[in-house]
Amino acid sequence: MLLPEFDIDESRWSGVAEAPAPGRQLAVAQALRALLPADCVLSRDEELHPYECDGLAVFRQQPMLVVLPRTETEVRAVLLACRRLEVPVVARGAGTGLSGGAMPHAAGVVLSLARFDRILQIDPAARIARVQPGVRNLAVSEAAAAYGLFYAPDPSSQIACTIGGNVAENSGGVHCLKYGLTLHNVLGLRGCTIDGEPIELGGCALDAPGLDLLALSIGSEGLLLVVTEVILKLLPKPELAQVVMASFDDVGKAGEAVAAIIAAGIIPSGLEMMDRKATAAVEPFVRAGYDLAAEAILLAESDGTPDEVADEVRAMERVLQANGATAIAVSASEAERLRFWSGRKNAFPAAGRISPDYYCMDGTIPRNRLGHMLKAIERMEHKYGLKCMNVFHAGDGNLHPLILFDANRSGEWERADRFGADILELCVQLGGTITGEHGVGVEKLNSMCVQFSPAERAAFFSVKRAFDPPGLLNPGKCIPTLARCAEYGRMHVRHGQLPHPDLPRF
Amino acid sequence: METRLADWIKGTTQGDSANDILRACVHCGFCNATCPTYQLLGDELDGPRGRIYQIKQVLEGTPATRNTQLHLDRCLTCRACETTCPSGVDYGHLVDIGRAVVESQVRRPLNERLLHWLLREVLTRRGLFGGALRIGRALRFALPRALHAGLGEHRAPGAWPRRTHARKVLLLNGCTQPALAPSIDAATARVLDAIGVQALVDARSGCCGAIRHHLHDQRGALQNARRNIDAWWPQLDSGAVEAIVINASGCTTMVREYAWLLREDPAYAARARRVSDATRDLAQFLGPQLPLLLRCVRPASITRIALQNPCTLQHGLKLKHDVEQLLSALGAQLLPVDEPHLCCGSAGTYSLLQPKLALELRARKLAHLLHAQPQMILSANIGCLLHLAAGTAVALRHWIEWIDELIVTS
Repeated sequence: MLLPEFDIDESRWSGVAEAPAPGRQLAVAQALRALLPADCVLSRDEELHPYECDGLAVFRQQPMLVVLPRTETEVRAVLLACRRLEVPVVARGAGTGLSGGAMPHAAGVVLSLARFDRILQIDPAARIARVQPGVRNLAVSEAAAAYGLFYAPDPSSQIACTIGGNVAENSGGVHCLKYGLTLHNVLGLRGCTIDGEPIELGGCALDAPGLDLLALSIGSEGLLLVVTEVILKLLPKPELAQVVMASFDDVGKAGEAVAAIIAAGIIPSGLEMMDRKATAAVEPFVRAGYDLAAEAILLAESDGTPDEVADEVRAMERVLQANGATAIAVSASEAERLRFWSGRKNAFPAAGRISPDYYCMDGTIPRNRLGHMLKAIERMEHKYGLKCMNVFHAGDGNLHPLILFDANRSGEWERADRFGADILELCVQLGGTITGEHGVGVEKLNSMCVQFSPAERAAFFSVKRAFDPPGLLNPGKCIPTLARCAEYGRMHVRHGQLPHPDLPRF
Repeated sequence: METRLADWIKGTTQGDSANDILRACVHCGFCNATCPTYQLLGDELDGPRGRIYQIKQVLEGTPATRNTQLHLDRCLTCRACETTCPSGVDYGHLVDIGRAVVESQVRRPLNERLLHWLLREVLTRRGLFGGALRIGRALRFALPRALHAGLGEHRAPGAWPRRTHARKVLLLNGCTQPALAPSIDAATARVLDAIGVQALVDARSGCCGAIRHHLHDQRGALQNARRNIDAWWPQLDSGAVEAIVINASGCTTMVREYAWLLREDPAYAARARRVSDATRDLAQFLGPQLPLLLRCVRPASITRIALQNPCTLQHGLKLKHDVEQLLSALGAQLLPVDEPHLCCGSAGTYSLLQPKLALELRARKLAHLLHAQPQMILSANIGCLLHLAAGTAVALRHWIEWIDELIVTS
């Protein structure tokens, strides 16, 4: 196989921990201060330190500088300066990401878009919202509620996470099974390339002429451009929603039931699974009324007109019963529906209450392998000596195992890290992927080596180079270098076999 | 989060408390979404998560600077972040510990120290403050606008009830409220009287200590607390009073904190716990008395009400709905108010120390309060009341004054 010839390029900025040359910080800070108001450039150690990580605090790197522009003109000026001075740029929204996508670069600038927090327009007739990237996800639905509309993607962090971050990570949420990911709910965006050039992709219509670069940009994790404005699709709020809660005495049966619901042609607006460890952890805090004797519970939501909901709920009950549900409850009121969901919504924080730290994994597998995966995770718990509770967006096969550990105990994070990597490798083996909605960031670089061949990896780099020739936008994230994959392969010899024997070893 | 506290604080009471609180934080960032200063400034350093990080840095051994102090000063201590935090991080106590440590490491410039001293010594002394207030009101025209908010206008308190009842409660012998708005305590006493509860005020008690606490005078705050415990203890211990009832939610929050603040004081810890446990916000006390109250009121004439829920009430005391329920039951039509969780900018002495941010927050809060065109705005805390009143012509009252108007004297 022909190896890519541009290996030197791709690794140029890949070392996110490589410190800047002496005097560099001062020079770049001076250049940026000439372009921005004084309160927009942070350069003292104590100011930079709180920016060292996003929502995944185990990966930390203090940046060289932080800039907080307020206008697109300022963003362009920053990008132009960074391009000229060859400074890596890491865009950041609310810093709630769970893959370290906004973790800074030691020799780079963090470009915070938190001050781009205005909803520019809501057009109820066209059912669109034009927003700045720093607008919080939930704020869009709150503003649209006055017109009976909502914005569908609803990641667990929706109270705080920004639309810009959602675009970067192609975020999902409970309702993406029916309404799609960010990709399916963004009509257009405006941004800047590393050359400071404004770029508009998509528009107010469902399709745009030419190559679909909009789709390419969504989920590109800040590697291609910096987004400064987004056009979102709004949907009419459903009249009614009801949740069916079903108990199972076996995780395998619960997994089969999920597959059976989808196979029956039903698309619930949410279809979630929690295992016994997860229900046991959340119940004392939220008192959602979960069946603690069940090995797994499913929460399946139907929304629409009252007639549609009644039909769909009946159909789901039939499928669940046929697949061995030991108990079924249907929410009788809006309050009860929210109570059923409260446990699922609070699963991550509940993990934070029973354990000092938790590591939230994110992978996907075919729906009918859920049971297999859960049993494998149980074996890994023994192997690594760590507990893991499981909450899944079961309907789309998206797993969120929560590995519990204590970062203050030496060695525990390393074990949790390997535990997580094992889960992701199994995802790939089962025909799934290493990320469902959190992105690759810095967290899953090694797992990318498992998922993709060297040629595919090289193709990703070619796309990045087409947008960002100098490789300055969020370098060292999302796409692993050839050297990294080779190193990871060398460390991970299984059954006497290298996982990628075709890779050259260093 | 991982913590590596410095040796000088590890193992101390403050250090252990801080460590426990820091370990509960998982750095999810939800808190920034409801933090007033993060909403205004959009900088991680001016949100709870970033402040926790800055405090952690100092506790892990990095010396604090004026900059650290600035970002902690900008925090309103509204504790909206605590309401939002899914992991139960006790931010209020952490920021107290952090501020005290920073204060011990960083000397403030003379003008700030002087201003803090002045506020501490004048506001907390009833006689001194009352005199200063009368002079200030007379010379209002000559004072800077930033101070106008604190002046208010004089309203006659009306008569204090003379009846005695078997049921008795203690009211706080407050510091600034009796001078600024004597009508609030009088209205409280009259409403309590109407339902057969006698309000007592012990002259030996005084300021709850919140002002000194916020102005970095921990020792003075604890002295205030001990003085009040000493004053209230005989009546409380003998069972002569059934509760300590406070009609300024900021003060209620502080007195409820006595148990935590004096937890290491062998002479006071047990009594502080009893006092904190026996303390009720007025809304909390009146809630269960609603059937009695309904028997002695007439229909309200002013009904279109916008309620400002003080942060101390909704985030500090977690009594978000108590006043709402009371007022609705008595015939108020509570108008919808956007962003009800956001602070109005008053926050104790914050409006005097951080006027720019305080005025921005006030403008935002007033826009929401006035949106549905209320006849009257009601609040539950004297600080918020005066701060907001200075920015609008619409009548602003403590909610107990609105109820007082409804009482039919028997």
